[in-house]
Amino acid sequence: MINEIFSMNGYGAYVWSAFSFTLISFASLFFVTKLQFLKERRKFVQKFGLLNVKEIRTAKSQKINKEILDGVLNSKI
Amino acid sequence: MLNFLEPNKIFSITSKAPKYVFFLFVIVLSIGLTEALFLSPEDYKQSHSVRIMYVHVPSAWISLGIFSIIAFLSILSFIFKNKNFSLISKSLAPSGFVFNIIALVTGAIWGKPTWGTWWAWDARITSMLILALFYSMYLLSWKIFKNEEKAVKVSSVIAILGVINVPIIKFSVDWWSTLHQSSSVKILSTTTIHTSMLIPLVIMTAAFTLFSILIFLMKYNTELIKIKNKGLDRL
Repeated sequence: MINEIFSMNGYGAYVWSAFSFTLISFASLFFVTKLQFLKERRKFVQKFGLLNVKEIRTAKSQKINKEILDGVLNSKI
Repeated sequence: MLNFLEPNKIFSITSKAPKYVFFLFVIVLSIGLTEALFLSPEDYKQSHSVRIMYVHVPSAWISLGIFSIIAFLSILSFIFKNKNFSLISKSLAPSGFVFNIIALVTGAIWGKPTWGTWWAWDARITSMLILALFYSMYLLSWKIFKNEEKAVKVSSVIAILGVINVPIIKFSVDWWSTLHQSSSVKILSTTTIHTSMLIPLVIMTAAFTLFSILIFLMKYNTELIKIKNKGLDRL
């Protein structure tokens, strides 16, 4: 039964390699994109930490900046 | 008129959406893989090699669809001079390119047992390779040109020129005598594929679409944070 699933009448090598290539490509693209996102967000947090009180107040007046910082605390993906 | 497209306003949605899209993608992909690999029947002629269709066809469809959207948004960005259109296009391109590569590689893997060769300079395959070159040029233009205005212009021109290739890909199998079979799934006329194979194909297409939405959202959020980083430098 298991042999049948893997061999697929002799086409197993083709089928499994096509599916594997697809899933590996997905995983690679996901992790590369995720790393780029985390790198930019880390840069944002570092830059935010270097601002003075007045600059922080100005930056926080923009909703998007607050949401980026909230994302650091709440992010799962 | 296009105020609703303001990145500052939609970030609250795009920053929360990836986790929901990711979970939905995992569920749909699991169902799709079970259907494609185990439950769907083998073909009377191609036997189990037909299962490659479930990754090859959705990848080709999505890479063509994404490139068409990029070209459409490039035209809009020329007309409305709205920066968000180019930002959306730029964020769509990586997944479109990867789907294009998947279509080419899985096509080659499928070609060996069915045609007896990994590659042929056939009209459909060659035009898909040309699409991959346009995707590469589009992505490279964002890397090469540091001046953003120039990058937007060059990438838009590449997308608009490249979209001429899309109908060529679609109709190549009708216009020329090719190794590649003509399409079995049709919108305007009767689909010639059996339901038992159409269902897994539709599920896999849905899963791949969700994956491209996920990557788009992650990339779009990255681009927005990049812009905000530049904004902090100016404070």
